[in-house]
Amino acid sequence: MSASAPTPAPAPVASTRPILPLRLRQAEARRRGKRLVGPVDLELGREGFTIVMGPNGAGKTTLLRLMHGLERLAAGEIRWAVPVREARMRQAYVFQTPIMMRRSVVDSIAYPLRLRGMGRAEARARAARWAERVGLGAVLERPAPVLSGGEKQKLSLARALIARPEILFLDEPCASLDGRAMREIETLLLEARESGTRIVMATHDMGQACRLASDVVFLYGGRVHERGPAEAFFKAPRTAEAAAFLKGDIVE
Amino acid sequence: MDGFAAGLWQAWKLVFTFDPDLYEIVFLSLRVTMSAVIIASLIGLPLGAWLVIKRFRARRFTIALLNALMGLPPVVVGLAVYMLLSRSGPLGVLGLLFTPTAMIIAQVIIITPLIASIAHQTMRDLWAEYHDLLLSMNASRAQRIAAILWDGRRALLTAMLAGFGRGIGEVGAIMIVGGNIDHVTRVLTTAIALETGKGNFAFAMGLGLILIALSLSVNLAIHWISRTERASVW
Repeated sequence: MSASAPTPAPAPVASTRPILPLRLRQAEARRRGKRLVGPVDLELGREGFTIVMGPNGAGKTTLLRLMHGLERLAAGEIRWAVPVREARMRQAYVFQTPIMMRRSVVDSIAYPLRLRGMGRAEARARAARWAERVGLGAVLERPAPVLSGGEKQKLSLARALIARPEILFLDEPCASLDGRAMREIETLLLEARESGTRIVMATHDMGQACRLASDVVFLYGGRVHERGPAEAFFKAPRTAEAAAFLKGDIVE
Repeated sequence: MDGFAAGLWQAWKLVFTFDPDLYEIVFLSLRVTMSAVIIASLIGLPLGAWLVIKRFRARRFTIALLNALMGLPPVVVGLAVYMLLSRSGPLGVLGLLFTPTAMIIAQVIIITPLIASIAHQTMRDLWAEYHDLLLSMNASRAQRIAAILWDGRRALLTAMLAGFGRGIGEVGAIMIVGGNIDHVTRVLTTAIALETGKGNFAFAMGLGLILIALSLSVNLAIHWISRTERASVW
């Protein structure tokens, strides 16, 4: 990771009106008639680093996908501060298993800018600066699918951040990374937060949650069981399920 | 075996004496089939991608139909195109019957389902991989189609080469709509059929070997140009 790499200039945005806050009212996601998440009431303000926690099958991924628009809303309401079409343009998502396009590293990172109509040369120049910033400067022309796991996740992050999203959803981005790669990703996430990106991340890693979270959403059985500041949640969880989860007693 | 050796000798003689008739036939074969492959690819590749991405009521039927059309009998296609282009047919006024254009039309009809169907199967896997990413990035339908066509371009070459293989070796349809007219619509396959009919087996075999060599050369050249099967290339 290069500390001296210049910060890339922000990409053009559709309007200056913030897309946040995001409000979920009795929101539900279903698949084949089975309720996966909900009903959920949740509000995400303009700033912060929200960690979504919960045992396996609690609905963390589904909730993130629902908010991002990848999962169909079965009931309830999800409301952004701007029309949903505009909100979709100004958010990004990092998947647990990085999806690598069959392109070079630089072309992969440039792709969101190309979708927004930016010329190839300018998009590639910006992408090269982002690649440098996430530590991929030496492998710009290498095909993305042959990168290591950590490099793929860094590429995913650069690709997500290059268009300066107002909110970034991350689904356990460090699940299969070693300690060093995880720290590098965390540093990038904290930098993104400093530069104004609202972050919502699902994770299983308690240590990572403690290091990064400003607030925690604890999910259990597809519902929000607890929501509050990270410090209070980790010191004194209010629900028995959250307490058991933090103690390591798996709540299935 | 004698016939085969004689065929080889004929092929050698034709190629290295720069027989003008042979080269005319070879170039017309290439012109007709290459044109048909390009036109069929322009139709078939986006059609295959569109079928992967778009969900509509008759989608499964359309895919099944496309697969079934891969086995379209060339003679029937030739007959249909003949009836369309004949003087009394609906397109007779264009005067295209017994021209290379008529042969291209017939080959496009034969090749397009093949290219679209193989492209669809190739891109279906790529779309399954890219689906969430492209939706997450808010890519429009046209941008999604462009992405899977571009990223799957090397695999799609296989579809185009399959189309080329079918076209260059096709005889039934182009014989009907082209008429196998010397210096006008005679191509390698129709020439082989003619020489076989006349009993010139060695000459026909010589043309056949040239046809095989031509098909292999085009395939190898395209693989070489597109740098497939090389390390670090997608």
